[in-house]
Amino acid sequence: MSIMSYNGGACIAMKGRNCIAIASDLRFGIQGQTVGMDFEKIFPMNDHLYLGLTGLASDILTVSERLEFHIKLYELRENRKISPKTFLSVLSNLLYEKRFGPYFIEPVIAGIDPKTRQPFIASCDLIGCPMEPEDFVVTGTCATQLYGMCEALWKPDMQPDELFECCSQALLNAVDRDAGSGWGAVVHIIEVGKVTTRRLKARMD
Amino acid sequence: MATTESCLEIPEAGFSFDNCARNALLDKMGHVAPRFRKTGTTIVGLIFEDGVILGADTRATEDTTVADKNCEKIHYIAPNIYCCGAGTAADTEMTTNMISSNLELHRYTTGRPSRVCTANRMLKQYLYGYQGHISAALVLGGVDCNGPHLYSIHPHGSTDKLPYVTMGSGSLAAMSVFESRYKPNMKKADAMLLVKNAVEAGIFNDLGSGSNVDLCIIDRKQKVEYLRTYFEANMKGKRQGDYSFSPGTTAVISSKVRQISFDILSEEVQEVEGMEVS
Repeated sequence: MSIMSYNGGACIAMKGRNCIAIASDLRFGIQGQTVGMDFEKIFPMNDHLYLGLTGLASDILTVSERLEFHIKLYELRENRKISPKTFLSVLSNLLYEKRFGPYFIEPVIAGIDPKTRQPFIASCDLIGCPMEPEDFVVTGTCATQLYGMCEALWKPDMQPDELFECCSQALLNAVDRDAGSGWGAVVHIIEVGKVTTRRLKARMD
Repeated sequence: MATTESCLEIPEAGFSFDNCARNALLDKMGHVAPRFRKTGTTIVGLIFEDGVILGADTRATEDTTVADKNCEKIHYIAPNIYCCGAGTAADTEMTTNMISSNLELHRYTTGRPSRVCTANRMLKQYLYGYQGHISAALVLGGVDCNGPHLYSIHPHGSTDKLPYVTMGSGSLAAMSVFESRYKPNMKKADAMLLVKNAVEAGIFNDLGSGSNVDLCIIDRKQKVEYLRTYFEANMKGKRQGDYSFSPGTTAVISSKVRQISFDILSEEVQEVEGMEVS
């Protein structure tokens, strides 16, 4: 069994018009058995910057804590908020440092640049190869299903409400076709000035 | 101050092998490690009359799934030197970034523009040191005081200095185009067409390459033309229907809104003349 599907999970981030959506499922499992239904895989790094992580749960916690440490030090030293692009670079280097003994995670970044107010999404593979597409990023055990849903549903310049529906439907329908993810979902819609967090009603199987 | 300095561990530069023991154990237990993102790829380089042209496709794959439909494979090394990368995407990205930084420091030390052979030597010595475990196959091209140069660098550290090279999974398709139509001292327009055709051969015949053609032309005056998406070989199909959901479709259990305060960037106080009330 692949190490990335040991705990299960799915994460998605989408770009809209001056807003971004980042969502994940809530399952925490140990191989076949579901042990937890409230394991959020999205971690706020600061007000406008969110990090989603899928893969091995212990590495998810390790990497998110190490990154929080780096970001807090950065903010203390520089006396300003980190920009998403710089954060991507920090994450990429942190993962590449472990090139020959990697962390088994696949991260997704969603944030709004504090200066330019532009939305930003990016993802990396487990050794830190950065990717900054214009539309959406997906990771997790049901990545293939998520690619399919997003390719069909995403369109450019969506408003926050539209983006929420698109992101939620893409995630919910993709995890329904994967035994390793599901059991609830959480979606954060990040706009300039506010963040709306919603928990979705999902199939609990 | 003393307490903060003691808990601030500055990690050593370079790779860290902390997780290796754990990962080896997981491997032995039968948990298959995931595949890295590779760049499949067709990368090519050609020396023409006025300089050097580098070409690349733009597909990045994760096993058989296309992870990135439009990634950049032509990396900046120096103002007059660019490098295409094939193999493990993280390796090509990090290796070229590192050599680029070291070359810039080298330029400050020597006070001269960089030479292509310097970049080549740095890359091959780095890759040879890691005995091929850093899977980066590169096509390095540039123009320096001695004219245009083109090198192909293999993951184990061997290099070849040639007038035209191809690397990556689509290299055979691209090389067939070069071998049939290459002539020394080609004109710029002909050379650009030849490179485009070579990359296209890779895009359409190799499964690991796809999407668009990127070109980078470096001429004798060390002027660089980076043509990102020079040719869009594959356009995305037009969606026939509207698949948007009306607001309220998704059932929500709970919702929480958090207002975020704006950062005050600047404050301006304007003095207003007092109003006269008579």
